[in-house]
Amino acid sequence: MSTMKKSFSHLFLPLSVMALLIIINLVKGADYFRITMVNGALYGNIPNILFGASELVILSIGMTLVTASSRGQDISIGESATITSAIFVQYVLQASEVTPLTIVVAFLLSCVGGLVLGAFNGTLVSIFKVQPMVASLILFTGGRSIAFMIDGKLSPILANDISNKIGTVIPGIPIQTPIILTVVFIVLIAVVFKTTNLRLYVETVGINPNAARLNGINPKKIIFLTFLIMGFCSAVAGFIAVNKAGRHDSVNLLKLIMMDAILAVAIGGNSLGGGKFSITGSIIGAYTIEMLNRTLLRLEIEPAMIKVFKAIFIIILMVVASPVARAYFTKVLDKVRSSNKRKESIPKDAHIPTTNIAVKKEE
Amino acid sequence: MKDISKSFPGVKALDSVDFKLRKGEIHALMGENGAGKSTLIKIITGVYEKDAGLITLQGEPIHFKTPQEAQDKGIGTVYQEIMLCSNLTVAENMFIGRSHGPVVNWKQMNEKAEQLLASLGIPASPMQELSSCSLAVQQMIAIARAVDMDCKILILDEPTSSLDEDEVHKLFELMRELKDRGVGIIFITHFLEQVYEISDRTTVLRNGKLVGEYETASLPQIELISKMLGNVLEDITKLKKHEPVVTDTSVPVFEGIGLSSVAGVRPFNFAIQKGEVNGFAGLLGSGRSESARAIFTADKVTGGEVKMKGKRVKIKTPLHAIKQGIGYLPEDRKGDGIIADLSVRDNIILTLQVLKGFFKPFSLKQAEEFADDYIEKLNIKTPTANTPIRSLSGGNQQKVILARWLLTHPEYLILDEPTRGIDVGTKVEIQKLVIQLANEGMSVTFISSEIGEMIRTCSRLIVMKDREIVGELRGTDLTENDVMNVIAKGGRNA
Amino acid sequence: MASVNVIKPKARMSNSNILFLIAAVIFVLMYLFAIISYPGSFMQFQTFFDLFNLNAPLIIMTLGLCIVMIGGGIDISIGSVCGLVTMACAVFLESDKGNIGGAILISLGIGIAFGILQGYLISYLEIQPFIITLSGLFLAQGLLTTLHKDPINVTMPAFVRLRDFDIIITWLGTKNRLGVFIPCEIKPGTIIVVILLVLLASVMKWSRFGRNVYAVGGNSHSANMLGINVKKTIFLTYVISGLTAGLAGFVYIMTTGAGNVGNASGAEMKAIASAIIGGTLLNGGVGNLLGAPIGTLTLLVINELIRAAGVQSNFQAMVSGLLLYFFIVLQSIIMALRDKKGFRLALPSWLRLSNKG
Repeated sequence: MSTMKKSFSHLFLPLSVMALLIIINLVKGADYFRITMVNGALYGNIPNILFGASELVILSIGMTLVTASSRGQDISIGESATITSAIFVQYVLQASEVTPLTIVVAFLLSCVGGLVLGAFNGTLVSIFKVQPMVASLILFTGGRSIAFMIDGKLSPILANDISNKIGTVIPGIPIQTPIILTVVFIVLIAVVFKTTNLRLYVETVGINPNAARLNGINPKKIIFLTFLIMGFCSAVAGFIAVNKAGRHDSVNLLKLIMMDAILAVAIGGNSLGGGKFSITGSIIGAYTIEMLNRTLLRLEIEPAMIKVFKAIFIIILMVVASPVARAYFTKVLDKVRSSNKRKESIPKDAHIPTTNIAVKKEE
Repeated sequence: MKDISKSFPGVKALDSVDFKLRKGEIHALMGENGAGKSTLIKIITGVYEKDAGLITLQGEPIHFKTPQEAQDKGIGTVYQEIMLCSNLTVAENMFIGRSHGPVVNWKQMNEKAEQLLASLGIPASPMQELSSCSLAVQQMIAIARAVDMDCKILILDEPTSSLDEDEVHKLFELMRELKDRGVGIIFITHFLEQVYEISDRTTVLRNGKLVGEYETASLPQIELISKMLGNVLEDITKLKKHEPVVTDTSVPVFEGIGLSSVAGVRPFNFAIQKGEVNGFAGLLGSGRSESARAIFTADKVTGGEVKMKGKRVKIKTPLHAIKQGIGYLPEDRKGDGIIADLSVRDNIILTLQVLKGFFKPFSLKQAEEFADDYIEKLNIKTPTANTPIRSLSGGNQQKVILARWLLTHPEYLILDEPTRGIDVGTKVEIQKLVIQLANEGMSVTFISSEIGEMIRTCSRLIVMKDREIVGELRGTDLTENDVMNVIAKGGRNA
Repeated sequence: MASVNVIKPKARMSNSNILFLIAAVIFVLMYLFAIISYPGSFMQFQTFFDLFNLNAPLIIMTLGLCIVMIGGGIDISIGSVCGLVTMACAVFLESDKGNIGGAILISLGIGIAFGILQGYLISYLEIQPFIITLSGLFLAQGLLTTLHKDPINVTMPAFVRLRDFDIIITWLGTKNRLGVFIPCEIKPGTIIVVILLVLLASVMKWSRFGRNVYAVGGNSHSANMLGINVKKTIFLTYVISGLTAGLAGFVYIMTTGAGNVGNASGAEMKAIASAIIGGTLLNGGVGNLLGAPIGTLTLLVINELIRAAGVQSNFQAMVSGLLLYFFIVLQSIIMALRDKKGFRLALPSWLRLSNKG
């Protein structure tokens, strides 16, 4: 039970922010939660948020892992997604007929591209010991150029039936496809966590790489792995983004999305300095940012002022969540409540019980 | 001599504790981990604020809010961890933060540093980057800094843990000179012999309370220990060692031939039998830890071959070693051992989990069982198994690391300084544990800077000097004097 | 108490100095390469001066950024703050009360305001620098577009005179195609860069504050224990960074004469790249302020080389990235080799710099 309580306390930050935003929205218009059907799909503020944040959620998951293991951030995720989606588009465009198989193959190719890019960053960080932000600066600088080259110096249009369905809605399914894809991805990640030791290894490496090595974990491999995962996330995000947009714009696709992704990780309660992490927190953080963006629009704030409000909101948020503020609040709360700290267990006599400690394992 | 008295009653980790330091006195502060020594010191130095009580310095009440204030008032502190900036030069580390005006005069600073280094015999150059000095030298520089600041009170928190005997003697000479100058010194250490060698008075804390203040010379060691532990200690010299059964055809559990590593150990041979406890004796820098690390490949191994139970095996990384049944408790608990933010439970199951594999995580239930089992077996004091390990005291953290390795049921366990920086009670527990493990058939290498501990537990002692093995002692030859002799006589420069 | 036979180890060069040396050597090599390959453009002194003249704002921002990075932090708001300042100045100068002195005050004022706000939140409230300066970036960009969306050309006479003002070096110059001797021109912005460089480099080397920044960047916990006011030090690094961003804004508009929404956008990444090339590590404690202009110039020369080589504009970024890659790998290899015990860079004695501490 104590694990349950603990696992929710760290979600306090993103959840309370979300709650705050919901309240603000309800004040603005009580029909905030109204959902209608438009063109065979659910439409409304909440579905729109889910739809709009799809790429960000996926990228935030990858960013969480990279941050946790390498103690730094990958600022090239938008550029990686642009490159992988360029690969996707090229394959689709050269097919004479676009079938589901074409899309699948193209998607897989783009994933391979994502893994390659992830490996590039991962090698720099794990083997050459370059800071993640510095390493990813390379792809950040040159990535869109590479994508442009793949594009054949144009801005190719993706206008086939299947892409349309991926980007919007599959007839008969009221939930927009990107949302479904995001959910599938989240489930996939959850399965990975359940069936492997990824969390333990990543957290150990992030907290103490020396000790990790002495216990048989290879920090280089784990860091490299998280960058591979990030590459994969970029590919998936790029896939969704390009199908949504219907064309490949190498200059503007997912531009500056790394800012929002890092923000999502931080709002999710994760330390940007690595170590313990919460994927759930980052996911909520990503939706929260999308909600924030749309709330500012809905409040009919002048477009020019939106950035100002966003900035102020984030600053206030971070202030409230800061360790100094939290310490202050706990001091206040402690004075209000009477302390009920559990006492440490009473020390037994200083001798070891004579049970057989080194019993051979029964295997 | 004028009395400098300070009394501080009452704080959470400290319950109405009084403490008096007289001018020109070396005062040892003793107590097990968790007794409140560091808290007391941190209050004096302005790192913490007391909740209640009164502190006076030379009769005047004081209240420090920052370490800077304490420093300005003449309280110098040297911590166990090197509290210096390794990216700055030696000279800078000596003088930075000490209000010398807005402009830095490099020439003057380097000259002053040179004088100070020379007068204390520290092998360092003022202009070299601190990171290029060894840890022992860095410690001495930290001490030199405190000494130079003309402090009225000098607090030394475990200053001798990384120093060899020569360096300890130098330190003590320095302390005596400061004492003559009228400086009051608070000396925290776990080395009982050192307490008796250098201190005038001793204050003992236990569980946050004051047990008493005594004149060191008139307090017998056994009584001191019992005051720290709170009960009469079983005579630890009554421990009966385990002598392994060795025949001519016995195959060693582990055998390394011609091992050398990047840490500069000269190629050495080492073998250990089943159920044997062996130790590595030698001065600081003799290569004991480096040898142990080479066996486990904690440092990269550059040559040699390894056999487990007679069969040649490939051990090139810690993972290989672990899979072959070797365990290693590192010397640097904080840097190489604990995973600070993870729970006690996660720390315990970590290595076994790695052994099991990336794709086979333990269920929560399994993990809980393992952890609870060892928390009980080793008497680990922790509020819950979920508590982050960093909240535990040093001794209990060490037990968690021990549990981690015991859980893997190794054939051969290497313990590098398992009792360093740990309270007396846990030290005894660990020594008993080592003997017990040997009785049950485990091979153990036990390295300790307290030779007495090794002599009590080991059936064989390998003596090292200047990075090579110079001798081996067993049986009746296993006494402290014999070890000293071997060190003095052995080696290339003998 | 002096002991016999104390072996003094030879003091080797600090990490900061080695990285700076690498940067300087590479810059010189590259510039030589540029001169050889394109003597038409690079051989002239004016080209060299133009690097400063046209890019003074970037160099100024990099200087401030370096200080923040040495202290262990990062500031990604500088480009946007610079842009905001240009627009603010433009609006001010075009208004009735416009005057140059006031514009300078506004620039510095906005810069300091951002510096104080961000510095306070980062050092005293202990919030992650990336997030705070990211918010600063959003804030500055938002204020910029709120202030004025369209470009403003400053036509105020006094300002235009300042903008067109050049310091002419009569004894240095080239003959153009018609045989007329054109002396080299240095814009006031360049002078500001040089002054600021000397000033800040001196501060970092010889002032208590400067050394405190290095200490805090190296090990903030130790620095605290050594009696340094860590919070105040970090706070001041961000104030300086804000100030340089503000100053850069003024120099920017002084050179281009117009306020524009796109001014200096993306400059922060360029500044970070410049700082890194110049030898300042991202995790703090290591760096040499003299490296900042070197790094910036290296970046610029690389871009110029790429352009001059005829690489298509869309691919220029790719080549930049590639060169950046080689540089980063080189740096990391050298740093890694240094860490290995007993490594000594085999420099001939006349090249080995004396250890000035």
